Amino acid sequence: MELAKGLGADTMRNLFAALLTGVIFGAGLALSDMINPARVLAFLDILGAWDPTLAFVMAGALVPSAIAYLIVRRMPQPLLDKAFSIPENRVVDRQLLTGGAIFGMGWGLVGYCPGPALAGLVYGTWQTWVFAAAMLAGMWIHSVTDLSIFRGKSAAVID
Amino acid sequence: MQPLDPFVALSGGALIGIAAAVLLLLSGRVAGVSGMLARAAGIADSGPTRGQAGAFVIGLPLGAILVGTFVRSPDITVTSSIPLLMAAGLLVGFGTRLGNGCTSGHGVCGMARLSPRSLAATATFMGAGFLLVGILRHGIGQGIGG
Repeated sequence: MELAKGLGADTMRNLFAALLTGVIFGAGLALSDMINPARVLAFLDILGAWDPTLAFVMAGALVPSAIAYLIVRRMPQPLLDKAFSIPENRVVDRQLLTGGAIFGMGWGLVGYCPGPALAGLVYGTWQTWVFAAAMLAGMWIHSVTDLSIFRGKSAAVID
Repeated sequence: MQPLDPFVALSGGALIGIAAAVLLLLSGRVAGVSGMLARAAGIADSGPTRGQAGAFVIGLPLGAILVGTFVRSPDITVTSSIPLLMAAGLLVGFGTRLGNGCTSGHGVCGMARLSPRSLAATATFMGAGFLLVGILRHGIGQGIGG
């Protein structure tokens, strides 16, 4: 459906909005040193020489983000698009928690989550590329896997 | 590791939050990096257009270059071995798709709107991260991780 649309002015504006926000996001990750996995591991190491930096970063990010979510409650539609695409599912199910736990283990193993890994690709450490390639492979494996084992019966009832 | 100046950390965080805010106000989208990447790579079939997702993903390293050029050259330290990097990447890729998001989508965007799913997901991946680093650095697996 979206592909059928021509490259109208709104499409171009939305593309630019995505690029611009990606740039700002990446700049924030670099400025806050979140693109350095050693920094992230130091935050996750609460039993060692704990580095609180990630907590400050998260706090700094949540303020503008929360304000924006309050503002859009009063907006009928986003400025450049027809409708908001905000997830409405509120059910905490087994799939969500299993996914979170698997992600957290990978995060703790090396110190990379998706944003910093992508933003850090340009800084010449081949390790980042190995991680990013494996991350894409993991996403692909998820897309071709039968996930019914992760869906609990209880969750299905709540749904 | 010497903690970063809290003011710099807050400023960097604010940029991340502003990016999420602007994308929401302009295009009505959640700035979730794992979802954007999967969409851009053609792995996910819902979400923004592939063009939008691709533009956002390409923007991330561009923003990092800007900071590296004009503010501070980053010091990226990765000490992990190749098998460890591959295992971590697979877990992060699979886990973020199964759990519908990562630190940005659940942490920055979902928690900001008090989504129960995002609060639960963030608590879970943070907890798993703390646990794994604790085990690797202070428990039985001492020396395996970075």
